Amino acid sequence: MTALRHTYHLTIRQVRNFLRQPWFVALSLFQPIVYLLLFGALFKKVVEIPGFTTNSYITFLTPGIVVMSAMFAGGWSGMGLIDDLDRGVMDRFLVAPTSRGAIMLGRVTPQVLTILIQTLIIVGLAVLVGGRFAGGVSGAVMLIVVSTLLSIGVASLSNGVALLLRKEESVIAVVNMVLLPLIFLSSAFLQQNLAPQWIQDIARYNPANWAIEAGRTALSSNATAHTVLTHTLYLLVFAVVCTWLATRAFRSYQRSV
Amino acid sequence: MRQRLTVEAAIEAKSLSKSYKNVSVLKDVSFSVQKGTVFALLGSNGAGKTTTINILTTLTKADGGTATVAGYDIVARPHKVRNEISLTGQFAAVDDRLTGRENLLLIGDLRHVADSTGTAADLLRRFGLEEAADRRVSTFSGGMRRRLDMAMSLIGSPAVIFLDEPTTGFDPQARNEMWRTIHKLAQDGTTVLLTTQHLEEADELADHIAVLHQGRIVASGTAGELKKLVPSGLIELTFHDEEARDAAAQVLGKSYAQAEGEGATLTITTDGTVAHVAGIFVGLEDARIEPTEFSQKVATLDDVFLKITGAGREDE
Repeated sequence: MTALRHTYHLTIRQVRNFLRQPWFVALSLFQPIVYLLLFGALFKKVVEIPGFTTNSYITFLTPGIVVMSAMFAGGWSGMGLIDDLDRGVMDRFLVAPTSRGAIMLGRVTPQVLTILIQTLIIVGLAVLVGGRFAGGVSGAVMLIVVSTLLSIGVASLSNGVALLLRKEESVIAVVNMVLLPLIFLSSAFLQQNLAPQWIQDIARYNPANWAIEAGRTALSSNATAHTVLTHTLYLLVFAVVCTWLATRAFRSYQRSV
Repeated sequence: MRQRLTVEAAIEAKSLSKSYKNVSVLKDVSFSVQKGTVFALLGSNGAGKTTTINILTTLTKADGGTATVAGYDIVARPHKVRNEISLTGQFAAVDDRLTGRENLLLIGDLRHVADSTGTAADLLRRFGLEEAADRRVSTFSGGMRRRLDMAMSLIGSPAVIFLDEPTTGFDPQARNEMWRTIHKLAQDGTTVLLTTQHLEEADELADHIAVLHQGRIVASGTAGELKKLVPSGLIELTFHDEEARDAAAQVLGKSYAQAEGEGATLTITTDGTVAHVAGIFVGLEDARIEPTEFSQKVATLDDVFLKITGAGREDE
């Protein structure tokens, strides 16, 4: 009960923090649009490769961009935490009888808002430029669910790294050196059966790929609930494990203060 | 009844030790703070003051030793401890993007204060932040941020308040304001543990002072007791030339006059009483030796350390 209430209060604080940085809000909405339109234009003819099962690259690309944006939004989460550490705000939370889990969750749940807005904009724009999604609203909701789970896991990892290394550079490095490759090791831009075997092998264990596969399946007409459900389950486990790890990182942080 | 007796001491630290990597920053630190009193940890940078506070506020764990705060063991019942304490660090821990009121409300909600809204409004009034209450903290001046920081520490009326160098970087006016706040807290029965680098501040505020030096408590007592450890009542007299100085030294007697380095200056140890100082001037006048300058040496923290750490070495 206490944990839930604390999570609520800390979430409100994060949302306020987010909304009061208009440039940050603009950037996090603008970037996925650029990705969708530029990648969509650049790889337009990719669908003509024999073996590609769709004929609209925008339709294919959209879930990839949604998941990628959600994952990066989560990846930057640790930056705010370092800010709180440097200012002593974190110490104040820790000295108060604040639920430790809530301190972590409260940083992560605001992602839902970001992802919701991003997804609406990306999918809406994709429809405008010719994307067609037979999965409809329920497909979009499922895409939001898997993106959120992935984002929560990634945000927790980002916060864990922030707590352990306490340098903004370390968060930037994780985003660029871990998250970016995960996108290329997935079916975000290219159908998996057209990718080299070793990438296919890695993608099977790649949470980003789980989210993209589940989201794309849910959005498309030939929806097989099985793929969606198993991948969602994997992502749920991923999110829980990461959140637990991040909470553990507190102990290490507190030993070193 | 028995419970009552055990909580007499608001803070009880026993043999606390802590090292980072291989550097030992706290060694066998023990002290006790009586309920409703102000206790000062006096020490220079790196003496271990903040580490001691971090341990007692459950922010970090000691490698050795035990402590209770507000009657609860800091390791076994950290959550209970956190219900009873607050910490104001060296820098204002405020959220720039929230308003002053939002900052207060957030802490009130985390501390389960029954009437967060009323408490926040009351604190804003007390700290003169009413007008700025609904502005974002990023627009606050340094002084306003520190006041908000202090207000945030008072939410929920904690029984024990930790203040880590509460006046560092303050101008004299802000410092006096902070001193008044601390006096007020003490009057209301709050236990305060503060750290400071300034003897004067410890003297002004604390009922009891412990001097922390290189991770050890090297002296402790009331301000009066500590002052006796440093030579107070040192005065300096300057004369026309060395000849006059030597003559003066002879008149005053070598037992307490000491000719020191720079030319015609004489450092004299007195017992600090007006009579003694007056006697010196009378003696010089009788001998027709006229000093050109007179100054009183104020004991600095350096003097205290020099004296205390010197004595500490002899003990070992």
